[in-house]
Parts: sequence; C-alpha cells; structure tokens
Amino acid sequence: MSKAVDRPGAEEIPSAPGARRIKTGAGWGAARLRAAADWPARQVTTSFVLPAVLLLFFLSIFPLLVSAYLSLTRFQFVPGGFALRWVGLANYGKLLVGIEQSHFLGVPKPPTVVGWLLFGLAASVLLLFAVRGITSASGRRGVVGRAAFAVVAGAGIWLAVRTLTPGGFPGTLLTTLIYVVVGITVQYWLGLWLAFLCAQEVAGRRFFRVVFLLPMMITPVGIAYTFRILMDLGKGPFAPVWRALGLAEVSWANYAWGARLVVMLGDIWQWTPFMFIVLLAALESLPAELIEAAMVDGASRWQLFWRISWPQLIPVTSTLILIRMIEAFKIIDLPNVLTNGGPGTATESLTLHAFMAWRTLDIGGSAAVAYMLLFVVTFAALSYVNLAHRRLAEAA
Amino acid sequence: MRRRVSWLLVSILLLLPLAGVTPAASQGKPFDGVTVNVLTFTGPQIAEPLQRRGPDFGKLTGAKINVITVPFSDLYQKVLTDVATGTNSYQAFVFDPQWMADFVTPGYLEELTSRVNADKALQWTDIMPFFRNFSATYGGKIYTVPLDGDFQMVYYRTDLLQQAGLKPPQTWADYFKIAQTFNKKDLNGDGTPDFGSCIAKKRNAQSYWMVWSVAAGYLQAKGTREGSFFDADTMKPLTNNEAFAEALRVYVQTGQYGPPDELNWDVGDSRSGFVTGRCALSIDWGDIGPLAVDPKTSKVQDKVGAVILPGSPRVLDRKTGKLVACTVQKCPYSTGGVNHAPFAAYGGWSGAINKAAPAKVKDAAYAFLSYMSQPAQSSTDVTIGITGFNPYRRAHFTNLAPWLKSGMSAAAAKNYLGAISASLNSANMVLDLRIPQNQRYQQIVLDTAIAKMLAKELNIDQAMKEITDGWEAITNELGRDTQLKAYRESLGIPTK
Repeated sequence: MSKAVDRPGAEEIPSAPGARRIKTGAGWGAARLRAAADWPARQVTTSFVLPAVLLLFFLSIFPLLVSAYLSLTRFQFVPGGFALRWVGLANYGKLLVGIEQSHFLGVPKPPTVVGWLLFGLAASVLLLFAVRGITSASGRRGVVGRAAFAVVAGAGIWLAVRTLTPGGFPGTLLTTLIYVVVGITVQYWLGLWLAFLCAQEVAGRRFFRVVFLLPMMITPVGIAYTFRILMDLGKGPFAPVWRALGLAEVSWANYAWGARLVVMLGDIWQWTPFMFIVLLAALESLPAELIEAAMVDGASRWQLFWRISWPQLIPVTSTLILIRMIEAFKIIDLPNVLTNGGPGTATESLTLHAFMAWRTLDIGGSAAVAYMLLFVVTFAALSYVNLAHRRLAEAA
Repeated sequence: MRRRVSWLLVSILLLLPLAGVTPAASQGKPFDGVTVNVLTFTGPQIAEPLQRRGPDFGKLTGAKINVITVPFSDLYQKVLTDVATGTNSYQAFVFDPQWMADFVTPGYLEELTSRVNADKALQWTDIMPFFRNFSATYGGKIYTVPLDGDFQMVYYRTDLLQQAGLKPPQTWADYFKIAQTFNKKDLNGDGTPDFGSCIAKKRNAQSYWMVWSVAAGYLQAKGTREGSFFDADTMKPLTNNEAFAEALRVYVQTGQYGPPDELNWDVGDSRSGFVTGRCALSIDWGDIGPLAVDPKTSKVQDKVGAVILPGSPRVLDRKTGKLVACTVQKCPYSTGGVNHAPFAAYGGWSGAINKAAPAKVKDAAYAFLSYMSQPAQSSTDVTIGITGFNPYRRAHFTNLAPWLKSGMSAAAAKNYLGAISASLNSANMVLDLRIPQNQRYQQIVLDTAIAKMLAKELNIDQAMKEITDGWEAITNELGRDTQLKAYRESLGIPTK
C-alpha cells in the first residue's frame, strides 16, 4: 500500500521491491544539483591515484612493454634511419642454445663424484619438497608452485654443479647468483654482528654508528675505483705487504675466483651498512623484559642472543633479505669499473652483460638478457616470499 | 658628492668596454651567437686539445664551442641514440671513423666533400693519403676531417737494447728474446723488478686491437686490399686456421714477460708503465713517443725507440688454412723474408658534423674542425702527449721544429716519425674493420673470446671457434651480401 503523495506535481516511482523513492520536479533539480556538486568529491579518489598510475605506466609499465617488444626484434640501420625487424624468440634462443650460450649459461663439464653427490642430495630434498606439496592440503596452486620451484631450482643446481666443476666455467647467470647468495649472506651476518656490538652500552658507539654507515653513502663507482686502487697489488697501499709475502708475481686479476672475490668484497663493504642500520634499529626496539626474564632464568649470553633476540629479528631479517636480493641481482658498477667483467667473463653480471650488448646497439640482445634477469629475479623473489618470508613472519 | 662621483666613474669604467669594445669586436665575426656542442670521449686525450683550442677559435670567429665528453665505450651508442631519436643535442662528433658505416648509411652525417674542396686553409692534400681516403671517406664522399693518425707500433728502450747489444725486434721471436732478457730486472732504478713486455690486455678496453697487431703479420701478406679479417670473396672469417692459432699463441706468450695483473691493464696503465720505466717493450699507438718527453711523468726521456710492428716469416695460405713459409710470391712486400703488416688500428680520431644541425651551426662546426686540423694548430698538438693526437700530415713528418720544441731530441724524433712513416708507407698496411656494426664483431665477440682465452676459460682452438662462430652469426644476421659489399668497399675492391 503506497503512501499518498500530497504535494502537487509529486509522483511515486518504484525503485526496488519494498522501497519507494519520491521524485518531484523541484527534488529532481535539487538531486541533479547535489549530484553535480558531489561530482568532484566522487572523483577525488581517482584524481589522487591517477597521477601515480600514469607515472607508473609511463615510467615502469610502458618501458617494460617496449623492452619486451625490443627483445623480439633486431635493430638495424637502414637508409634514412633505423628499423626494428621482428625476429621472434631468436634473441632468447641465442642466449639459451646459440652463440651466447657459453656466455650466459657457462661452459659445463661432467660433474665430479662430489658434484653428483651434491646434486643427488639437492634433488632428493627438492623431490621431497614437491611430494610434500602433493600430500599436504596446500591446494592445486600450492602443488603447482612447489613443482615449478623444484624443477627450476633443480635445473639451477644442475647448471651450478656442471659449470663449477673443474674445467667448466659459470656464465653471467650463475655469476650473478653467486654475487647475490654470497653477498647477502656475508652482509647479513656481518651487519648483524656490527649492529649487536653497537647496541651495547660501550664508549664511542655513536661514532661507530656513523662510521659504519659511510660506505652506503658513497657512489658505487667511487667505491669501485677505491677498491681498484686498494687492490692494485703492484702499486697500491698493500703492495709492500704483498711483496713481503712473496706474492709479487701473483695478481687476483688473473684468477676468476680472485677477481670475483674482490668484486664481492666491494659489494659487501658497500651494502653491509644497510643491513647494519636496519638490524640495529630492530635490536634497539626489542622489549627488554624478555631478555631480563631470561637472564633471571640463568640464560648465557649466547642463549640470550640465539634464543631470545634473534627469533624476534626474523620478520625484519626476512624483509631485509627480500629487499637486498632484488637489489643485488642488479649489480653492475663494481665489476664494470674493477675488471670490465674480466678476466674473461668471470666477473660479468647479467646487468653488465646486457649493458655491454646495449653499448654496441645490439638492443634486441640486450633486452633479452634484461628480460632473463627479470624472470630470474621474479622467480627468486616469488619463491622466497612463498616459501620463506611468509613462514618466517608467521613463525615469529 | 665625492661618493656619487666615484660611483659614476666606476660605472663608466665598467660599462665602457660593453658599450665600446664588444660591438666593435663582434663586428665581422662570422659565428657570433652560434654554439656548437661537440661530443667526444672523456679525456684528457682528444678532449684536451678541443677544450683548449675551443676558446681560441671563439675569439677568432665568435662561435662558442662546448666539448661534451662521455666514456669511450659509451661514445658509439651515445652518438647514435642522439641522432637516431632525433634529439640532436650535439652538432659535431669527434669519434672513430670505423663507425662511419653505421653513421653514413642512415644519413646522420653531413657530407663534407664540397666544403673540404673549397677550404684552402685546411690544406687537404697535406693530409697523408691513407687518412684522406680511408678515415675521412666513405663511398667516395668525404664525411670527416682527420684530427689524428693511428698506427700501432712496438716501443722499446733504446738504452737497454744498446747495453745488451740487441736490435729492435723485427719478428715476434725477437720480441720474446728482448722481453726475456729484461723481464724481472730493475729497469728504472727503483730497486724493484720490472717487466719485459707490457700490453693493454684488459677486457672491453683496447685488447682486441693489440691481438690484431700480432695477428696482422700472419694473416695479410699480399697488400692492403687482401684484408685481414675476412675472405673478400666469401666473407668467411680468417680466424680459424693455423696462422691465427700461431698469432694467438704469440699473444698469450707475451703474458709470460708482463706484469702479474696485465689482464687488468688498459692503455693508460701500459703507457704509464712504459714512461715510468717499468717496461722494456710495449705495443701502442703513437702516444708513448710524446708522453715519454714529458719531464713531469717520464723517467725514460730520450731512451725510447719505436719500430714498425714485428712481422712473421710464415703466413697464412688462404687455400689450405696452413701456416706456410714466406716466398717472393707469397709475401711480395716482405723485408728479409719477414712479412710486416702494420695495423692502422682505429683509423685516427676524426671530426664529423650532424646533418640535422642548423646550417649556420654546421658552418661553425666545420670551421672548428678545419681549424683543429690546420697545420698551424695540429703541428703543435701532435707533439703533446696529453692530446692523444698522433701525426697524420706530411707537415708533421717533415717539419721537425715542433718536435724539437716539445723536448724530443732530433734522433728520437726521427726514430719515432720513421716508425710511423714506415707503417704509413707500407703497401701491406692492414686496415681496421669498417663494416656495419663492426663494434659487435670486435668489441663483443673478438674481445670476449680473447679475454676468455687469456683467462684460460678457453684454449686457443676454442677461442678461434668462438670468434668464427660469433662473426658468422653476426654476418648471417645482418646479411652476408650487405656485409661482404661493405667489406670489399672498405678495402677498395669493386663489388662483384
């Protein structure tokens, strides 16, 4: 039963079952006015977000799409300018099975007995991991994710075992992974140790906090040149020591692992402060009650750190490693300045590989290397987030 | 009142030059208000003379010369991305004439033939024919003004060789004998052992020219037109045969007498090593000669000799791929049975003009390049080590006065210029590669394979295969016919 509408010109309009809306000539106009007045308010969210979206599109997504296209083309000069000729997956093929294979993937050799044992062990762990995914209630997505991780990680370990074997040489892909894994591991534990020291009530800790931060503030190229001078064992400051040790005829620059070690030293020197400062902040924000309670219970200093403090740092640790990992994959300055990627291609990272191709205007080849790096970083970051980051965060 | 008068006087004094001198001075200057951005590589070499002489040129003509520098390895792509994207921030380039194939084909460079022909002050015919016809010309048209002459030579210590009763090296066997004699001896009196041979072997630097300086004498014997990189009929690389294997073996062996970190030495290190007396031998362009004269840095003043690149008594038989002994037929230009093939590595820094620049700016840019090359300026510049400019005009070879003024003795100047002349006048001179995308052939494939070989990542056979496969892949990618045509044209062979 509808209620009578007593104003002239008023009419009843149905809108939804059990609901009515009154529309009058004057009300219609007022509603439109209100709607018009509200329009800016309704658009405010969009207008605030739009600049960021456009910026992201033009600075990030657009170049990403263009470089994907470039990786499928070949750059050539033609009368009147240049042309991009479609070549499909040829640039990727060149890296994986073509003339760039040894550069990108390395030179494999048959594994030694130790290599086989290591690979067998890793393969067993990965198989177990994949099988547990099927038997656990993680759903189809979880099973596929675990299987994909097991296959890719297994392939990576197989590549590492074969190219790190005597006579083999790792390519730019594995060299980059070595920089990432070794660099982050050392940076984390060194940063944690320094943070732990600076968190103690000792004299001069403020001074050391600043000093330990300095390397992070220097431009990477500056660090690379500094290390180049420091590590010049013929003329540098350590030359007399090197000679006194009877090593005047030996130079790190001639040895693949010597050169990689120097690059990693520079990287560790530069990035340990980042770990240090974040971990120091985390350490200082830990509640004192737990530590005091443990001390009352007679816990040793080692137990205090290992059982009380460190577990509370795990969420920060996990995020720190994720941020550093994504950044570490992009290493270029140090190998470029220190060794130009040499000796041979021993210190060449994926970014340097792409950069060298780009310098000779092999733009398609360069984009293909960059995309391979993107795939690796995405896979590593996703695997880390799904397999480690969430669990560590939940466990904490 | 006195204060007011003082202010008035000061103002008049300050404004007088602006009111009177400037307009008068600007009258008659052809390029007033014109700015030319010149792109070249980060100095001090090459950039230094341009930066030093830019203001002098400005005073004469009114033009403002801005010299913008980038690292050498970035120069190629910096020029091309600027012109290819239409940015056109630079109106002139001082770069490697080897790259002309990539710059001229798309039409990025201004043709200079008519300007050069009309420019008497440039004294075009005074420039040695090689630099005129090879470095400056492409497809029969002039595109660059030569500013530098480039040949690789072997430098030796005259005092050491004299003491030991040795002669400058004619073959690589001689080179090793000298290197072995002086390796691990104190050559500069600082009490530490020094090195028999110093060669820039750093990756992504100049190593790929150095290795070709060794290989050239094994690969090319029948004159410049034979070429040393590819078979001029099939475009098949000449990098997988006994001759190239021998050249690589020699190149690797030089490391036995080099500094321990030689694989990380570029020419900056090898030049510094030689002029500070740490090396008995070195391979380099013409730079060590003038650098050795500088009393601030040199410990080997008047102790430096230069000689044409050592040759080989055995050369490549192109039909069989074997290394065979020189005969009159096989090595028509040999001396005493030794085939010398001086390598014109790089081709000499040259100046070019961006075709898209405004007409007036192009005029100013050309005038500046011409000014830099004219004998009045260049005769002095080639004698200064820091310029990186080496002799390329007849006047540079015949007029010894600037060399003597620079501090070089007459004997040293004659020796140094003689070595360059011998290279320049050789009928078996080896031209550097000048085909489309030669950067990928040399700076990527050749350089990487050589670096891997020196680092023992590859053995000699594997390195040869990697270079050959890599070059073949690029040739197939860019089109064999196109590349072959460009290669033949670069050697002056008519296209079939």
